[in-house]
Parts: sequence; structure tokens; C-alpha cells
Amino acid sequence: MVAPAGLRVVRCGGGGRLSSARPVFSADAKYLLCASGDFVKIYSLGTGETLRLMGGHADVVTGVQLNPRNHMQLYSSSLDGSIKLWDFMDGIPIKTFTVGCKLLALYALTSCEDSVFVIIPKSGERDTFQLVSVKLTKAAGQNIEAKDLSVVLDGVDASPKCTAFGREGEYVASVKDVNLQVYFFKRKQLNRFSVNTMKTKGGNHDFTCVVCHPTEDCIATGHADGKIRLWRNFHHKKEYTFSTLHWHHDIVLDLAFSVEGTSLLSGGVESVLVLWQNLSDRQKDFLPRLGSGIEYTSVSPDGTLCCTLHTDNRISIINSNLRFSRSIQGLIKSADVKTGLVVDPRTKALVLNGEPGHLQFYCLQSDQQLFSLDIVQRQYIHQAGLKQVDLVKVAFSAQGKWLATVEEREEVTDPELQLKLWFYDEETQSFKLNTRINTPHDDHITDMCFRDMDEMEDDSLILVTTGRDCVFKVWVMVEDTDPEAQQSVSWSCDFVGSYHNYQATNCCFSEDGSLLAVSFEGTATVWDSVTWDLKCTFCHPPGKIRNICFGRLTCSKYLIGATDHGFLCCWNLLSCALEWSAHLNILVLQPDPLSEHIAAVSWLSKESSLFVFKPNEPRPIYIQRNLCKEKIQLAAFVPRDEPETDGSEKYLWLRRSQLFFLTDTQELMTLSTKPLEERLTASSKQLAVEESLPVTPFSLLLGRHRRQQSQEDIDLGKLVIHNKQEQDSPAVKELLHTPAHVLPSASFLCPIFIKSLLISKENKSAEEVADEVEMESEKADDDSDEERDVTEMEQEDTSPSELLGEMTCKLSKHQEKELRKIRKMDYSWISAF
Amino acid sequence: MATYKPVVVQAFPKLGEKITQDTLYWRGYKTPVQIKEFGAVNKIHFSPVPPYNYAVTASSRIHIYGRYSQEPIKTFSRFKDAAYCATYRDDGNLLVAGSEEGSIRLFDISGRAPLRQFDGPTKAVHVVGFLSDKYRIFSGGDDYSSSLWDIPNGTEIISYSEHTDYVRCGCASKVNADVFITGSYDHTVKLFDARTKSSVMTIEHGHPVESVLLFQSGGLLVSAGGRYVKVWDILKGGQLLVSLKNHHKTVTCLCLNSSGQRLLSGSLDRHVKIYSTTSYKVVHSFNYATSILSLALSPEDETIVVGMTNGVLNVKHRKPEERKEESQKKRQPAYRTHVKGRTYMPKQEDFCVSKPVKRVLRKYDKMLKSFQSSKALDAVLEPPIRLHTPEVTVAVMQELHRRGTLRSALAGRDEKQINLLLTFVARRVIEPRFTPVLVTVADMITDIYQPVVGQSAIVDRQFLKLQEAIGKEIDYQEELLEVLGMMDTLFATFTKKSTTYPEENKSNGLTETIETNTNN
Repeated sequence: MVAPAGLRVVRCGGGGRLSSARPVFSADAKYLLCASGDFVKIYSLGTGETLRLMGGHADVVTGVQLNPRNHMQLYSSSLDGSIKLWDFMDGIPIKTFTVGCKLLALYALTSCEDSVFVIIPKSGERDTFQLVSVKLTKAAGQNIEAKDLSVVLDGVDASPKCTAFGREGEYVASVKDVNLQVYFFKRKQLNRFSVNTMKTKGGNHDFTCVVCHPTEDCIATGHADGKIRLWRNFHHKKEYTFSTLHWHHDIVLDLAFSVEGTSLLSGGVESVLVLWQNLSDRQKDFLPRLGSGIEYTSVSPDGTLCCTLHTDNRISIINSNLRFSRSIQGLIKSADVKTGLVVDPRTKALVLNGEPGHLQFYCLQSDQQLFSLDIVQRQYIHQAGLKQVDLVKVAFSAQGKWLATVEEREEVTDPELQLKLWFYDEETQSFKLNTRINTPHDDHITDMCFRDMDEMEDDSLILVTTGRDCVFKVWVMVEDTDPEAQQSVSWSCDFVGSYHNYQATNCCFSEDGSLLAVSFEGTATVWDSVTWDLKCTFCHPPGKIRNICFGRLTCSKYLIGATDHGFLCCWNLLSCALEWSAHLNILVLQPDPLSEHIAAVSWLSKESSLFVFKPNEPRPIYIQRNLCKEKIQLAAFVPRDEPETDGSEKYLWLRRSQLFFLTDTQELMTLSTKPLEERLTASSKQLAVEESLPVTPFSLLLGRHRRQQSQEDIDLGKLVIHNKQEQDSPAVKELLHTPAHVLPSASFLCPIFIKSLLISKENKSAEEVADEVEMESEKADDDSDEERDVTEMEQEDTSPSELLGEMTCKLSKHQEKELRKIRKMDYSWISAF
Repeated sequence: MATYKPVVVQAFPKLGEKITQDTLYWRGYKTPVQIKEFGAVNKIHFSPVPPYNYAVTASSRIHIYGRYSQEPIKTFSRFKDAAYCATYRDDGNLLVAGSEEGSIRLFDISGRAPLRQFDGPTKAVHVVGFLSDKYRIFSGGDDYSSSLWDIPNGTEIISYSEHTDYVRCGCASKVNADVFITGSYDHTVKLFDARTKSSVMTIEHGHPVESVLLFQSGGLLVSAGGRYVKVWDILKGGQLLVSLKNHHKTVTCLCLNSSGQRLLSGSLDRHVKIYSTTSYKVVHSFNYATSILSLALSPEDETIVVGMTNGVLNVKHRKPEERKEESQKKRQPAYRTHVKGRTYMPKQEDFCVSKPVKRVLRKYDKMLKSFQSSKALDAVLEPPIRLHTPEVTVAVMQELHRRGTLRSALAGRDEKQINLLLTFVARRVIEPRFTPVLVTVADMITDIYQPVVGQSAIVDRQFLKLQEAIGKEIDYQEELLEVLGMMDTLFATFTKKSTTYPEENKSNGLTETIETNTNN
């Protein structure tokens, strides 16, 4: 069975990692341009929204630079060997220059207009890279070959942070390991400096990043031992000087000079942004606890903002006075998703590890983080080699009223474990800690599940945890008899079960909650959930059970287990016998909560395959081979808001819920029958750009006023009259067009001006209004098209009314043609008024 | 960007007695006043009218005490032999008492000589009382009879000889003027109606009845005898409602509090237990020096008076209610500047901008925020924190360990500080809630300061103390394991007998033992 062409794997989460290039501010500091996987993303700095996703590169985008000649254009380079020129306001690719080898970084300079600099791997040698300048010919056509390469520097580092161009493009500085080389373009002189020759105590002096001062001859370099060196006088090979700034205790990840070069921003793994005033050690400001390590920093051209791009795929926008302004975050990519993909029944959001110690609720529809719940509630210390408390397990009760989390800290002797139970508080609309259990198990907790029953009352809620200490524990709610106690319920252990001293690995409740299946290494045991009797055991030697789940709905009599020896088994609970088994190396087994389908993802020699089956028949109903090249770690079925109706028979299993995967490279993917859907249509995008102006109280006030007015105007059909009044008033014209030196005093002009702004009496009779409309429509012929269109549209809308009926008759043929055109146009934006 | 998160100090649920509203209420008494009487106090009775004097019957005297008086304000001592059961009438004007010689005497509170003397019984009269119509007296005595006397005439109205042993207790119904109850050593409680010739109801208590009590509603009867306190529903024909066995010696006296919500019982085992009358669970208990014979609670629960076998009268007065107003006054700012603008009430259309709340960090948190580990440790080793809230000290130590700076924080300390640290560790390391952290700390201290062992006598002594504490704890744990093993065998035999749910019983037993283990 071959996968039909209709179903395809779609990456979601709005592109890939952001951390492949330094983000760039647009010239007016309203937009932020980032490389995101294969795309270039544009964010509005005012709202934090993603405005546009520009795709076209076939591989990861490695560099984004504004076109120095035109600030509305940008260059992007990619590993696929092409440089693209975009008009980013409209999202149109203008030109594509094909270089032909991997481009690792891109630099554009104002001084050399017709060429850009890129870092490419040196042909023939592995792991050596060179900085070359690429001549961008002005030939016509979309696709242009750019083969005119000239080597500037040899043996540079592949990282874009390790090369920087000096003021006005006079020199280029590049660092690699312990060497700094500076090349002066005019003199064609290459100076090399090395920190190895200097007298320093032990430590790692390797350069990590370099930036050049915007106005002076000064180079700042960051080092792996946390030092920042400021190099001056590097024109001379011997008499160069440098000063050291030291605050970071670990590697300096990125540096940025302010626009005037008076201060320096530096960031490292400590997740503290340091502002060095006057480039001196004396005065420094800090912005601590930014969440995670700072990968890139950049400063807007007008100096009002700076942004930091973090290792967990988040962007923080920071004011010039080091005040945190906003954060742009989609799916936060934590180092390791230990919690699995869980769906919050309340918000239908995907729940997984977020920031360290936090649980992120990620909305799939809007590609936004709904909120981040602090589970660990401890200060996170950003330091390598520290064993931090980590969130490892999450479970929701059926209605999302209760949330259970497990956090642990690796220790040599015994792990520090905590089981926390959170109650959803309707008033505050967030989870509130109810019970904290220290060391619920003596060893790591392997699995956890709630008894998943919709109709059950709350007090019969049961939580089961399985641990490597060879037991599973049943936790129940206990009501506190003392009426004065703060909370009426708390959780406590009700039952401890074990089976032959095997480690308990998985647990799962049947759909009706009457049976609990717990797998103990190679054996699956089934327990009665009322009396906690061992009912029966299943095993399929050899191999330990990796996953276990019950069938649902019509298949509720089956128990499915996957072993690490490559078998998928289905046991019948009524006959207590093996129903069928298949030889598959299943990594993920995920039942659909809304149907009887079960999705299984197998991993076989570098490719993942998806099998969807019903437990009652051994033949899968759907197979997708070669789902992706990466190993799929986790999967989750997310219920759709409304069931899909147009799906064909084959994709019945996708009708009610959508399947999401998370690969081991933290890529979130889904299966879709539709072609890649654009998140925003072209027109609405344009609108988004316009509307993304910052909302001030004044603009709100004005907006409301205008809206009211336009509402009235639309009702009366006299939008134009009003506009005319404003524009054609002689007083206004006079005021605007007379040169300032011949104008009379302001006190003289003021009454006329104000009078012109006043709206003439509203109590005109309807006929008068109609007359005016007529008059205006004739007058408006020479006016801008768009404006008149609006009026006519409005008139068309209200045409049933007798008053305006005669007016439409008078339209000329030319006008009628236009009218037809207008009808075809999209006026959805009017609804915004 | 997140703000600094303070160190989480884990609060552990307190083991042992839970603090409830009841314990707070019953603890609100001052230290007792002890008054020595001439003999065993067999009855204490509060006057039902203010100023709530109380009559104490001990030996051959009846003492009347005022509310706060240490000395009796009045004494009735016209008895040749022991007096019994001095009881006030409802209006507080008359007092009746039985005696060993068999006569019942009626006193006026203001007078000294008895108003009436009922001479009929030949043997000691242990129980007397007024019926609720105020004109009749009931009595019970060692001649097995229960009698009814008329006060105006001074004659016996009726005598019931239904008990087959000494009658030692009784009470009259407050609802019906004709009904009274007597309890006897023949294990029965009998309910008499003055209008009938014989008893109306007989309740089998099962033990010699020492005390009986009727609830205010008159529907429930409480009887005490042997180790049992039993509650009966009279309206259901004497059905047993609940049987309480909370004392381990004979229960001698019963008493209701003023609201009728709590029942008190005193016993020869030196305890007074307080039960809730809704759940019949013990909500509090008092401990006394010697066996208790009698017990009384003044109206509004102002005073608890307990009489003992050795003749000591124990009087506890309620503490006056603490006033909270004073503390509120203190909080108000002293200066005008402090109130400036605070009294301004925002108008309806005003847009309120709240001032960001300034978070106050504890000293150790400030130090931790600025990564000063040694100073943070110093801050939590200061006496108030170290002595009163050791959990804070341990939490900070754990946080330092988590940050990987515990070793450097512990290192480089002088003799005095090491001494202090070691004292703390040696004292707290055996507490189960602190053990995991403090073991690490002790490990590190011994590791760091190994080279200086032998240089200071004080530090050496502390090291020895630590060793001793840990050695003791190990022995203790071994013992506990032995007990656990024994219990396991017991449970194993138990599970063999009962064939149902072997798995559950076994594991339940295990968890229980584990819990007790951790509790210790």
C-alpha cells in the first residue's frame, strides 16, 4: 500500500529555529526581520505579530541583511547557495542570485554597493572557510548567476558572528580560535593578532564573536572565558593596544555596539544583557533573567530598541533604557521535551516543556504561546554543568480541572522528586497548586495517568504513577474533615501495587475507567480499578514493553502493547489471549481520544513510518512510509474544533482530530490533506502591516471618533461630502499652501480654520442630502478613484431606497464599468469600520 | 523576563495533634488554681444565676465559692458524717444535699441552718436533686430506693424500690416536671414518672452506673459507668445511639457545656475528654494530676472546676479575649506624611493606576539574588532563623547545593562558625525532613575541614557529637527495620487466614508501616 499523494507532512510552528542568523531591524525600527529555518520572518515590533513568512529558499537561511541602497529591500542567503533580494513590505522576491556553493553568512555594506560578502566553504578542503565578495550584476531577469567571486580573507570561522566589517567598510575583522585578523581594503594590508602570545592565566581565550565600532577604529571581541577585549590602534602590527572588560563568567555569545558607539551590549549563557557604558568597566547596567542564553543581540538603526534572540527560539525586545518591552515567542524549543505532547482539554492547546521549569501552553491555531505555567517555582541558574530541577511528566484530568506534574533533579545518591497536583481556578483562570508530594516514589517516575472519565464526579478522580522502584501507586483525593482548613481536598496515596519486583514502566486506564493496565518490564498486568485486584497478565517475550494502550469505543476489549524487541501485540481482554501481533519497531503509540483509531510510528533504518490501525483488525487502514528522516519522539492527537467534512474515505481517521508529531530535532509536524495553507491571505496581510501601528490612547480616541463619524456618514451616504469639506475648504488650503513668511498671524487664521473644521448643521432634510450627494458625485469624477468607489459602493448598497435610486440612473457608462469592477473587489475591510 | 523567585521553603504538615478550633478554644484557660478540700470532692454544682457561685461537696461540708475566690464564701457544716450531692435549685436560692446518715437537708443560700430536713432513708443518700417544678426533690440512696419529696410539707410523696443495688446518680428532666432518672450499681438506668407507680423505662448500661445526664432537649440520655459513656435515645424507647470507650478507667462524671455542643467526661484515669455531640468524637482532652471524681462547667464555659479523689479542687478560668484593635492601631502611620493621599477616594470615572507592589525579600534571598553564597548561609545561621525555623536554613542549604556553591559557602570559616554549623547539623540531621540535605552538608564539612581536625578542641567535640548522633540514628533505624520485619510476618499470617484480597492487605500494611517509619 503506497501512501496516496493527497496526504502530506506539513511543518508547523511557523518555520524552524530562529537562531541561524542575527535578526535585523528595518530602517524605521517598526519591523524585525529574522531568518527562521527555510523562511525569512517579519515581525511587527509594535504588536509582536508575525506579519509575513517569506519562503523560497530550499535550505536553511543563514543571513539576512537590508539592502544598503534601498531600505525596503533585503538580501537573504541560504545554504542552498543562493542570495535572494526581497521587497519585504510586499513579500515579493525581486531577484535570485545563484552562487553555487553553501553560503554560511552574508554581509552587505553601504560602501560597496554592487557586491555583498559571503562566507563559503573552501573548495577541496574540509572545515576551512573563506570570506568572498560576490558581485551582484544588475542584469535583468529574475534568476541571475553570480559567479564573480573574489576571495577577501582565507581561513575564517564559519559562524556569522566571527566576522565583522569596520566603519564605512574600511576594514574587516575576523576571528578564529585564538587569532584575530584585520584586513584593510584600501591598503590591502592584513594584520594578525593572537591572544596566545599574551600573558594570561589559564582559561579558554578562544574568540567567540567580533564586532566593530560604528565610528571609531575599535574592535570588540568576545571570548570563551567570558572576557570582552576592545582592540585599538590595530593599524600597527606591534603597537596595538587592547583593554579587557570582564563580567561574564562563561562564554560571551554576542556583542553589539550602540548606534553612536558609546556603549556596548553583550550577552552570554547567563541570560543577562550587559550594557557597558562608555566602553569602560566602571559603569555597567544589567538586564538579568531574560529566560535563556542570549544567542544574538542587535540594535535598531535609530537606537531606540534592541533585541536579543535566545537559544530557546524567543526574541526579546528591549528599550534603549534597558527596560524589557515585549517578547516574541512561538513554540519555545527547550533542550529536551521530557513531558511528551499533551493536549490541554480546556484550551485544546499543546502542552510541553517550555522555559526551564515551565510548562508552555502552545496554541496551534494562532502559532502563539497562550501562557507559560511556572511549575518548579525556583530561580533558574544559567550555568553549565548544574543539575537543575526539570519537569518530566504532565497529565491532565479529563476536563482539564486537575493537572499533575512531576519534577525531578538528578542526583548521584537519590533523585529529588516532587509530584504536584494543580487545580484549575475558575476565578483567576489559571492553575493553582493544591498538593505537593515529596518523593512520591523512591526512583524515577516512568508514567502517570488520570482515570479518564468524563461523566464521573470529581471526588472519584484517581491518579496512577508508575516508578522505577518497582511499584505503581494510586493517589486519590481526600476531603479534609476540618472545616477551617484552607482547602477542602488534598491528595494522598491509596494503594501501592507491585508485580514480581519488576520495574513499572507504563500505565493506562481503559475508556470506562474500570481497568488499569500497568506494564512491568516484559509483562502487562491488568488491575481492577475498584478493588485493586490483579485480573490477568499478558506478555510477549522477548523484550520489554515500551508502550501500552487500551482500545476505545468499539474496540475497548483490546489492549495494545509495543515491545522494544520490535513487536506490536494486541491482546483480547475477554479471552485473555493474543489476538494478533506484528513485527514493527514501534516508538510511539498514540490512541485517538475521539475514535477507535490508533497511530503507531515506527523507526526503521533512518526513516520513520506511520501506521494507523483499528485494534479489531490486524491490517492497518493507513500507512505512510518515510514520514520524515528524523526520529519521531512524540505524537499527539488534537481534537478539531469542527470535524472535517470533505475528507475522502481513506482519511476518515483524520476527520475528528489532527495528528501532530515532534521529532528529536524539536520540529513540530502534522499531517494534512489540504495543500499548504497560507495563514494570512494577501489582502489581510497588507492590512496587518497598516494596522500594526502602535495603538496609543490618543489613536484609540481618535479612531473611535472617526468610526462614529464614518458610521453616520455611511448611513446618510455622504462620505464624500465630508472628505470634500475637509480638503477643499479654502481656509485649510490657504493655511497649507501659503508660504509661512507671508501668512498672517495665527490668531487671525485660527477662527477661520476652526470654522472650516466644524460640521455644518446635521438637521438637513433627506432631500437636501440626496442633492448634495448628486452634486458631489459629479464633482468627484476627477477625484481619486478609490475614494469615489467607496461612495458609489455605499450608494449601491443603499440603492433600494428611493432617494438614491435616481442617482444611480444618472451614472455614465464609464462609471458603470467601474462599478462592475468594484463589485468584484473585496470589500471585507469595510467591516472593520 | 522574570523577576527573582525567592527560595521555596517547604512547609511540612505538623505531625501529631492537629490544631483545630476546638483545641484553640479549650486551650484558652489560664493556669489552674488548686484549692485543698477536706476529703474527696464528690459533687460540684454551679448556681444557675449570676454571679455563678458554686457549691463543692467534700467530706462533711459544703463550701460555696465565688467566681474568683480562693476561700469559701460560705460553708454549710451541719453534717455529722459525709455530705453528698449539694445541688442548687433553678432559681439559685435553695440548696439540697444528701448525707451519709440518711437525711436530706434543704438550705437557704443566705441562711445557715437547714430549712427542712427529710428523715426517711435509713442509709446514705448519695443523690438528690430538684425537679423542674421547684417544689419537689428526688433522691436515691444506698437502700436501693428512689424517692420523691414534697418541699412545702416536708414529706415523702412516693418511693420506688426497683433498683437492686445502690443508687448513685440521677437527674431530673428540664422539660417535664414529673420525670427523673436514676442510675444504679445494678447496671441499670431507670426513668421514673411521678404520676405512675413504677418506672417508665429501664435501660441496661452494662456496668455500674456512675453518672447520668439528660440533654437540654430531654430526648437524649447519657450514662457513664465502667469505661463506657453511652448515649441513649429516650424518645425511641431507650435505643442505644452510641457507645464511647475513650477512658481506660471508670468514668465518674459527666457534664455538658453551656451551648450543649460538647460533652465532657471525667474519669479515674485522670483525664477529662471533650466530645462533639454531633460526631461523638473526642475533640480535646485535659490531663489532671489525680483521679477525677466530679466535674462542672460554669455558664458560658467561663470556669472548669474539677474535683479529685485526694480532695484537691482544680479551678480553671478562661483567659479574657485578646483585643485586636490595639495591633491595628500600631500599624497606622505615625506621621501625617504617611497618610498623604491615602485617604483620597477615587471617583467613579477615575482611572486607577496601581503602584507596582514592592516585594520585600528576606536577607538570604537578597544575598542569593546577588550570588553571595557565603553571606546567604551566614544570614540563615543567625540565631532566630537557625533556632526557630530550621527549615529555612535547610532550604537555603539545599538551594546552594542546587546552585553548586554549597562547598564554597561552607569553606573558609573560623572555629566559631564551624562550631555553630556542626551544632546545627548534629542536632537536625536525624530529623527525617532534613536528613537528605544535611547528610550532604555533613559530608562536605567533614571533607573540607578534615585537615584541621585536632587543632581545636571545640570543633573536635562537635565532630564527635555528630558521630554520636548519626550512630544513634543508625541503631534506631535498625530497630525499626526489625519491627517492620516482625510486622511483616504478622501480616503474612494474617493474609493466610483471610483469603480475600491478599494483595491489598499486604501492601496496605506495608504503607502503614512505612508511614510510621517516616513519622518517627
